[in-house]
Amino acid sequence: MTARADARLPAFSDRGPVSRSFRRFLGRASLTLFAVMILTAFLLPLLAMVTLSLEDAGQRTTPGAPIYPATPATGTYQGESYAIYAVPIDGATRNLMLVKKGRAQSTFVDPGDPSQTPIVWEGSWRTLEQAWAFDPKLNNFATVWSQLNFPRLLFNTAAVAVLSTLGAVLSSALVAYGFARFRFPGKNILFVILIATIILPFQVTLIPTYAVFTKLGWNGTWLPLIVPHFFANAFNVFLLRQYFLSIPRDLDEAATIDGAGPFRILRSVILPLSIPAITAVSLFHFFFSWNDFFLPLLYLAGEPELQTLPIAIQQYNALYVSQPSLIQASALMTMAVPVIVFFLAQRAFMRGVVVTGVEK
Amino acid sequence: MTPSRREAAWGFVFVAPWIIGFLLFTIGPLVASLVLSFTDFNLVRPEATRFVGLDNYARMAADPLVLQGLVVTAKFAAVAIPVTTIASLGIAMLVNSPRLFGRSAFRTLFYMPIQIPLVASTLVWIGFLNPETGWLNGLLRLVGIEGPDWTNNATWVYPALTLIGLWGIGNMMLVYLAGLQSVPSELYEAARIDGAGPWSMFRRITIPLMSPILLYNLVISLITTFQYFTQAYVLTNGRGDPNNATLFINLDLFREAFVNNHMGYASAIGWLLFVIVLGLTLALFLVARKRVYYAGGET
Repeated sequence: MTARADARLPAFSDRGPVSRSFRRFLGRASLTLFAVMILTAFLLPLLAMVTLSLEDAGQRTTPGAPIYPATPATGTYQGESYAIYAVPIDGATRNLMLVKKGRAQSTFVDPGDPSQTPIVWEGSWRTLEQAWAFDPKLNNFATVWSQLNFPRLLFNTAAVAVLSTLGAVLSSALVAYGFARFRFPGKNILFVILIATIILPFQVTLIPTYAVFTKLGWNGTWLPLIVPHFFANAFNVFLLRQYFLSIPRDLDEAATIDGAGPFRILRSVILPLSIPAITAVSLFHFFFSWNDFFLPLLYLAGEPELQTLPIAIQQYNALYVSQPSLIQASALMTMAVPVIVFFLAQRAFMRGVVVTGVEK
Repeated sequence: MTPSRREAAWGFVFVAPWIIGFLLFTIGPLVASLVLSFTDFNLVRPEATRFVGLDNYARMAADPLVLQGLVVTAKFAAVAIPVTTIASLGIAMLVNSPRLFGRSAFRTLFYMPIQIPLVASTLVWIGFLNPETGWLNGLLRLVGIEGPDWTNNATWVYPALTLIGLWGIGNMMLVYLAGLQSVPSELYEAARIDGAGPWSMFRRITIPLMSPILLYNLVISLITTFQYFTQAYVLTNGRGDPNNATLFINLDLFREAFVNNHMGYASAIGWLLFVIVLGLTLALFLVARKRVYYAGGET
């Protein structure tokens, strides 16, 4: 007895730190659980969207339908198909096939074991609720795909985004290089003006720009969505300039001694060393363009052949507002590309935001 | 050419794309829209444009829809800006905690919804907030509450749009996160030794050190609120329902310019917006001069 108690003593004194680290673990676990709950609430609409998009169009408006994608359950008995109902028997509810309907009593068969003797149930079968079986469907996606000419929309959206990203990154790299590496009169004031354009509401320049583009015959083409981006913008220039400034000037000077001119230095010294910043700017701009709604609405709303996804989806929604399953399927299809690319390139994205602190 | 003049010439060559773009797409249109705001310009009969003096501005002062647009925008800002600020700072603090397991996964997932096209995310939320078939009212029903008709009620539509806006907090959250990581941890340790609790550390260390970032995010939120358009347009297909409760000022401008073809008048509304945003931004900076703490001392 004493020996055993003695043997336990060292273990007992160890228990202090053990339980402290266990308590710390509990603290971390409960904090993590709390974060999981917040995150679940935050992303719950996404789950609702996926669920709805997998449902038959009529399910949401059918009374008694479950929250998951389902169709009324059926079973087979002696080669015939019968609907399954939830039948209360002896205080429990069993899902049984209704094989013979009657006003006062009906005959049911257990779909799990049809060889059993049929069960006769007293009462009106009309008061019973149908049983539902989990049955996700993909036909909403197929419907949206064909009704919207989805491949065309994907191509348009991607083409506009690629061209405008090309222009934005190219021009912004040149301008950022100018601000990062050269001294010229008025440089500081020009840079301040550049940054100040961030607070300029786009509405104040909108109408003359629209009038001129219309006059030029650009209304109803992609040009208004692409051409202005070939003239750099504050966000991209700021991000790239910050990055260029962090590249040691010794490298430029070494290249100059080797006889390289400014364009050559930009191309073979600065840009190769700035791949992370170039990637971030490209991704931001690509999806800014991919997601843009206002300008495509203005210039492409009447051009089904040239439209981009966001406006086509909006028009589709206005048309099929009573068909939530189709709408949610179309929303899922619209977000698929940006969300997948985001998960593949999330580090580049999130670092880009933090480097600039500037939002687009 | 002297080396310094040559350097300056190269500098101008490289910044030229922006200078040209700034003249073509910013200064030019800015001046033009100011001029147009004193005319009755429209695109159907541009040759018939007349100078109307201050008529557009006088009309604006008496236009119930412009007033409604400003009131709607202000109401929404009053609900949405505090909620998104608290949510993004709160979540940034949560995913900054060293005690959280899987921090980077949480950061990625809280950031992700900002990547969803606004039209798609608005449609997802419209489905989620549907009074009969949406999950939110379904969940409320489970606890015995009959939820409102979120998007068709002139009061509840602002909380509804605020909820939709919560999916856009990603960038703000990351900016706060970067700010939180730059607060020296010795400050918290010293405060803890002095017996400070979590709330007083938050109030006396976190908030003052984060104040420049709070100011920055506030300015950005203000600007985006005055440009609020896509969600309101998708919600009611541009009608501004219910009862003009989602007729944001930007939506009103869009309708005047491109539906009613009152482009001179819409230019005047554009300038009103510009002046308001500029005024509010300056006011924020003035207030902030007294309250924002810059770690580098006087700047």
